[in-house]
Parts: sequence; structure tokens; C-alpha cells
Amino acid sequence: MAGGGAEFALSASFQRESRLPQTRLAIISYVIVGLMALLLLGFWKLQIINSDGYAQLAERNRVRTYPVIAPRGSMFDRQGRVLVDNYPSFSVLLLRDDAQEVQRLLPQIADGLGLALSDVQQQIDAAKSLPHFQPIVIKPEATPADIAFIESHRTDVPVLEMLMVHRRRYPRGGFLAHASGYVGEVSADQVDASGGRYRPGDIVGKTGLEKQYNEQLMGTDGQRRVIVNSVGREVGRLEQTDATPGKPIRLTIDEDLQAIAEQDLAGKRGAVVVLDPRTGEVLALASQPSYDPNDFAIRISGDEWKQLNDDPEHPLLNRAIQAQLAPGSMFKIFMTAAMLESKAIPADYKVFCPGYAEFYGRVFHDAEKDHGEVDLHKAIVKSCDVYFYNVGQRLGIDRISYYAMKLGLGRKTGVDLPGEDSGLVPSEEWKERVFHQKWYPGETISVSIGQGATVVTPMQIAYTIGGIAMGGAFHQPHLLMSESPSPEVDFPISESTTDFITQAMWGVVNEDGTAAASRLPGIEFCGKTGTAQVIGAENKQRAGKQTQTKNNAWFVGFAPRRNPEIVVAVLVQAGGFGAASAAPIARDVVKAYYDKKQGKVPPVLETRLLPNSAAPATPATVTLPAAAARPQPVSKKSDVPPEETPSDNTDR
Amino acid sequence: MKQGSSVHDYDWWLMAIVFAICGIGILEIWSATHASHFAGMQWRQIWWICLGLAGMLLLSRLDYHAVLDKAPILYLVALLALTAVLAVGHTRFGAKRWLPVLGQFFQVSELVKLIIIVVLARFFNEVRTDRLSLGDLVKAGVLTAVPLGLILLQPDLGTAMVLVPVAVVGAFLAGIQWKHAAVILLAAAMMLPVGWHVLKPYQKERVTSFLRPEEDPKGSGYQILQSKIAVGSGGFWGKGLGNGSQNQLGFVPVRYSDFILAALAEELGFAGVFTALVLYTALLLRLIQNAQRAKDRAGMFLVMGVAAILGFHVVVNVAMVIGYMPVTGIPLPLMSYGGSATLFVFLALGLVMNVRLRRFVN
Repeated sequence: MAGGGAEFALSASFQRESRLPQTRLAIISYVIVGLMALLLLGFWKLQIINSDGYAQLAERNRVRTYPVIAPRGSMFDRQGRVLVDNYPSFSVLLLRDDAQEVQRLLPQIADGLGLALSDVQQQIDAAKSLPHFQPIVIKPEATPADIAFIESHRTDVPVLEMLMVHRRRYPRGGFLAHASGYVGEVSADQVDASGGRYRPGDIVGKTGLEKQYNEQLMGTDGQRRVIVNSVGREVGRLEQTDATPGKPIRLTIDEDLQAIAEQDLAGKRGAVVVLDPRTGEVLALASQPSYDPNDFAIRISGDEWKQLNDDPEHPLLNRAIQAQLAPGSMFKIFMTAAMLESKAIPADYKVFCPGYAEFYGRVFHDAEKDHGEVDLHKAIVKSCDVYFYNVGQRLGIDRISYYAMKLGLGRKTGVDLPGEDSGLVPSEEWKERVFHQKWYPGETISVSIGQGATVVTPMQIAYTIGGIAMGGAFHQPHLLMSESPSPEVDFPISESTTDFITQAMWGVVNEDGTAAASRLPGIEFCGKTGTAQVIGAENKQRAGKQTQTKNNAWFVGFAPRRNPEIVVAVLVQAGGFGAASAAPIARDVVKAYYDKKQGKVPPVLETRLLPNSAAPATPATVTLPAAAARPQPVSKKSDVPPEETPSDNTDR
Repeated sequence: MKQGSSVHDYDWWLMAIVFAICGIGILEIWSATHASHFAGMQWRQIWWICLGLAGMLLLSRLDYHAVLDKAPILYLVALLALTAVLAVGHTRFGAKRWLPVLGQFFQVSELVKLIIIVVLARFFNEVRTDRLSLGDLVKAGVLTAVPLGLILLQPDLGTAMVLVPVAVVGAFLAGIQWKHAAVILLAAAMMLPVGWHVLKPYQKERVTSFLRPEEDPKGSGYQILQSKIAVGSGGFWGKGLGNGSQNQLGFVPVRYSDFILAALAEELGFAGVFTALVLYTALLLRLIQNAQRAKDRAGMFLVMGVAAILGFHVVVNVAMVIGYMPVTGIPLPLMSYGGSATLFVFLALGLVMNVRLRRFVN
């Protein structure tokens, strides 16, 4: 210090001034002031000029909007038993605010959730048109492993979130599948057509009642706005719009009868329709083979869908309303009605049946044997073809088709299910219109016994036969329980005709007729068998004996004989004789109906569950055994309305 | 004549500015951390400030000429310490920067900054001419480059860069010739792209986002964006202390330290930023004024070395917060939380006081 100090000690203050580079120090001051001013300008630009844009970005950082999924309304049977409901589940949401971030994390996400990278990419591409702040579901059904993955990677994979959803559950797998239908993700076309009602990703009814009553069943989703921190963890809540749950619907279906029908039909191809002809209420509607609608409740893969669609057994086809087949001998009821109502042929008209008859140079065989002398009653009871060949020839096709149409064939019944087919009743006009050909009188002979171009659906048969037995009052079939009576089409049939037909049909079952084996002691069970050739008689002859084609078996029955309460139509495709394979099913259903009516414990119903239908949340077998073991009240008045049934999804 | 002087001779204006900045810093550290598991950080910062004040007083009592005399030894100590850090240093966040001293981890490079100020002040003082020769310029460059290289090896690009302005400002004041300056600038401009190409990809990545990997899972671009969102959304008056969503919800990266100005800008708005920047400008101008009134060139070089480092810190940090510069991990002096950094600033201010106290001493 001493040396330096001594040297500097000499310098006077003016010397110091000159020795220090004052100019350069001043320059540095100016540079500092200039730089600071520049930086302040930068802040001005951000905080004053562009402030609004950044405020929006900050808000988007801070707030996330999640949908609150509305539970779909449940379906109950006529006694308030659960047929279709929901269970709580989790979906995996992908937050797409930061597209680059999502792309970067995509391989990790696909790996962590066990999804194919291409599949995830495809879903992201499909949602490109949606606003970026709207998350998309990339895995509808989160497994416990998925949930663990999301929770443990909140920091490094912050774009995944879980969403509580109500997953549709069909507790008994394939049970009632064709009536209930299934739900699935709304299609792009449906979104466009809905005028804003549906948004992509919504779950809507695709078929059956799910589709028919989608508006009631589907609620309105709410939304939840939450404050999240930088790693996506929820730290606070903003306003919430609650979801409006869908309304439950109560069906006319009787779970016990449905179970009998499905059980009897199991392993066959066919359908059962059970109606109350007084009201049009559908008590049971079964179609086999069936499918598990639960498979659709979670996103169904393209492969699975293709497999179901390409199945030669056509499990997705609702045979109750979509199988259009020749009615066979059941058509004789319509012939009888036409004959008696038109009075073109006297009621006591008789024919000698040698087992065949010749018309227009062609031999028409009787399906069975020679019946000897046959009157109308015997012709129905024994199902004599020769008798009705003659009736048909005398009535002519136009009279036949007029009455068949008036009695409800050849048009939709109007049942509240989508996709019903109308069947067909041929006429001269129809042939001219469709084939531009003249009607050959020989065709009338085939039509007379329910062959030829005539086709019907099981629903139509139940509807028309029920209406005929009611004296010509046809109640539109419906599955939704309603207080007001369903629309009625009247085509009054005279008392005597109704009496005659119901008496004859009683005879079919109770007078050593074709369905005598299905007699029910103490019950006035009436019916008519039908055995319809799958291909025409002439084609069959040509094909020879090698042909594998078995006849379609039909049966339609009702009880009691006067003012029937229940009508059952049964179709068993390739079932052979109607009496052998179709009639016993109808008998079982009618018997169960009467057992219940008399307060007897309904038969213990086998709970058939398809292997993969068990929903993870609760055992799917819960409802039925208990319900089946409990004696059910007889009176319909004591039915539990769906509003009062405890439902697990309305007040969460 | 009396040695040193009364409390009057301390630069109370400077101290007022320093306390104002520290006050704002403590407030914002509290706001940025009170709701997190870092809560209570402001107390630790206050403790560091007190420690720094004590160090400042201590250093100001010492004659700075005595300090300058020890420059060669200090320089050796600095190099040894930097080598020691590389050999046995404590690794945190992927870089070796810490040496354990008295149970605390100190960033050796902060001490080195102080030593470089002293060493270069002595060097430029001894040049004693108004025209800096090329030889002296190269010598000054080498003196700076050796510790700078050692710090780069840690790696700590930010702190290494901080040494450069000390040399630049020193050379400028020592009378660097315009042609030399032009050649250096030209060479630097040409070396920049070449140097970039020489770097291996992982090194490039380190250069761009080498700091604080624990706070940086998404890359430095994300940090800058979030910082700008915080600043921009603050508007003129800010969202209010403790109410900044970017800050409170953790979107602002290292909000209590490097990006504390972003947190402040969000919560106190342009008004707050304006106040802070005016205070920093006043601080720097006050330092220059002290240099102008220094008794000798050595004193001036000391004060301007301090000013160069602080100015560099302020400008680079503020520019980073608004996205004008890449993320380099250079904190805002006296406002950002940090023990070693705060200590350094107060010790550096101690040097300034030292020079000031001796301006009238003959």
C-alpha cells in the first residue's frame, strides 16, 4: 500500500480528472440507459400492446374444461326389473392444447396404454377439426394399469387425464339384445345431421330401443371447469354445469317370458314374438343367434364388427321384425277369413282330398297325406293343402291379397323398433309393377297355402293373428310402456268368422290337430302351425333329394280362445315341421304366462351370460335369480313404475 | 489524516437503491413460494442479505490497494478452486459448481468473478497509458480466458460469459484502439458460426438448454413462452401480489430465481417492472458516478468491473425474461433468490464502498 499510496499521493485533484477516462465512462452510462430503455420498450410491447393475447394464453394455461358425462336412462321391464343400466368406469382423455407436445409424447402414450401408435395417431387426426382445448377420448375403457400409468406420469406425460363415465351395461349379455339394441360412438354423419345436438365422441343408440328412444335415454352432458397447475394437477374449481341424466324407460317386456323364449330358442335360428293383442304390448321379443351388446358399449374394433357382420348366421339381424319368410300353412287363416268374409264360397264348402290336386295342367301335392273328405274346420285342424288349393282357385288372387293386406300383412306393424320390414302380399298389380308380367293362375294355388311370393315377419304374424282373434281390432305393437292405448287399426270381422277361426285354431292344438302335442291342460291354447318350403316345390324337385335345405318351422298361437290375452309367434328357421320345433316354444311361453297369472313361482330361469359380457364393476348375474325366485304380483296395477325403482345412476 | 471515515462517507444513496431492490425481491420470493413446498424462502434470502452486508462492511474497511497487491495470489487461489471444483466438486443439476464450505455449498465461480474484477483492475491499472497495446490486450484476454475456460468445463456457460464484460469494459476504459476493437468484433462474429459447428450435437443442446434440467422437462422454448405469457398477461397494473396464475400455478419456470422478474411483471404489471428497471438503472449510474469520482485508475477499474458484471446480469436476465435472449441461467442481482450470488453482489459493493471511502484520502 505504501508504494502505490505514495505515488498517487502526488496527484492533485485536477490530475485525477485528467487521468480518468471520463468520456468513456460517460459513454458507458449512455449505453446502460439506452439498453434499459430498450428493455422497457420490450415490456411495453408485451404488457401493454399485446397484453390481451397473453392474458388469454394465461387463462388457457390455467383453466381446463372437462365434460361431465350424463348417464343414459336405464331400461326396466314391465315389473320394474332392470334390463339395461350403466356402471361407472373411466375413460382416458388426451388433452390436445399443445399439439407438438402431444406428438412428442405419442410413442410413450401408446406404449403406456397398450395401444397401437397408428391407432392413436388416427384418432388424433380424426379430431383435427375440433377446437384444441377440447380433449378427446383415446381409450374408452381404462384398466387399472392405465390409471396407474396416468397417475405416475403426471409430470412427464401431462397430456393424459381420466374422465369418469357411465358405461352402458346389458347385465345378461345377449339377452333381449335385438330389442334393446346397442349404443356406440356417434358417427360423423349423425353429428352432421343432428344440428348440434350430438358432438363427436357422444354415445348414442345405434339400433333397437337404444336408437328408437335415444332422445329420452340420452341425457345432456355438463361441463366442469377447473384450475390446474403447470403439471396438470387440479388445484381449484370454477363453475360447473351439471349433467342432466337421461330418462329411464319402462318396457312392456316381461323378463320371465323373455327368458323362456330365449332359452327355448337357444342354439336355433329364429325368433319369438309375444304380444298382448288387447293392447299391442310386446311381452317378449327374441331373435337367435344373438350377440352381446356389451361389445359395442366400449369402442368396437373394425375386426370385431366385420366378424359380426360377416357371420353367416347373421347374429345382428333382428329376425322378429326383419326375417321375411313364406308363412306356410299359417296363411290358411287369412284364406279362411277371406273365404268367410267375402262370402264368395259357402261356409260348408267341402273338398275330397286324395293327397294331391291338379290345376292348370300341373299336379300340386298335399304336404302330408290324403285327408279324405274335408270341410273348412278339418282343413285347418289337419292343415289340408288340397282344400285350400280349391279355395284359392275360387277366390282368385285379388280377393286373397285384398283380405291379407286388410288383415295386416304386406305392411309394417309400426312397432317401435327401427328397421322393421314390411313383408309382401302378391297381387296381379304387384306382379305387373315389379316384373312387368301377367299373373299366372297357377301362382294363386301356391299362394293359397302360404308359399310363392308371400312373405311375412314373425312380428306381423303375431300382430295379425292377434287382431283376427280380437275380431279385427289390430293394436300397434309397442315395447315402450305407455298409459294411453296404442293406435288401433280396425277391420271388423264378423262374429261368426272370428268364432269359426278361433274354434278351428283351438282344434289344431286340442282336437288331434297338427299341434296336438302342445296341448296345455286347463288352458284354451289355440294355434296354427306352418311349415314353409325354403325353395319352391318345383325347384326342390329339380334339386333332387341331395338338397340340404330344411323347411322353416312356424307356429302362431294364442290363449284363451275368446278375447285372447297373449299371442305368440314362433319362427325356427330350418326347423323342419312347425308342430315339432316351433309349437313347443309357444306352448312354454303361454304356460309360463298362465303360471305367473296364477301366482305360481315362475320357472327358474337359467342366466345365460356370454363369456365376455361381465362388466368389471359388478357381477352381472345379480338381478335375475333373485327376481325369478320372488313371486311376482299378478295384477299389472302393482307394477313398479320406473321412476320409483332405485337407480344407481341418477343422483351421483 | 483519519483512516477511512465516518458513516457519512458510505454511499447511502447506493445503499437505498440496493435495499429497495432487495425489498422487492424478498416480496416477490415470498409471493412466488409461499404456497409451495419452498415456503419460507424469503427468510433465507434475508439471512443471505444480512451476511452480505456484514461482508460488505468488512471488505470496505480494508484498503483496496492492499487487495490489489494480493491479486496474483488471489488469481492462483481462483484457478486452484476452479480445478478443485472440477476434481471433487459437488454435482447438482448435472453440473459441478459447488464446493462445500462450512456445511454450505458455495458456487466457486461467484468468488472467481470477484477475483477477476480485482485481477483485471490491477492489470489495467498497471498499463498506465491511454492507448492499450495489442500485447497488453492479449495478456488481458489470456488472464480472463483461463478461469473462463475452467468455468466452461463445469459446465456453466452463463457464469463464464459474465467474465467477458469485465475484460471488455476494462479494455474500453484502458483505451483500447479502435482497430483492435474492430478486429476482435469481426473475429468474434466470424468465430460464432464456426464455433457452433465445432460443437457436438449434445454440446449444442447444452448450450441452448443446459441449465436446470429439473425445472426444464419441456425445453427452454417452453420456459421462454411461459415467461412471456406471465409478463404479457400482467398488463399495466398486474394481477396483484400473490395472484399471478402463471406464477402461483408454477407455469413460470424457476420463478423465485432466474425468472423472478417474470413473476413480478405478472403480479405488479408494467408499473412494477418500470420501478424495478429504474432502480437498476439508478444503481448502475450510481456505480459509474463512484468510478468517476474514484481517487485513482485502480479504484475506477474496480468499480467499473463491478458495474460491468452487475450490468451484464441485469441486461441478460431481463432480456431473457421477455424472450430477447436464450435461457442462460443468469440471475437478476439482489432480486433472484440465491446465497452465493447475493453474497457476491454485496462483497462487490464492498469493493465499491472501499474505493468511495478512500476518494479523499491523500
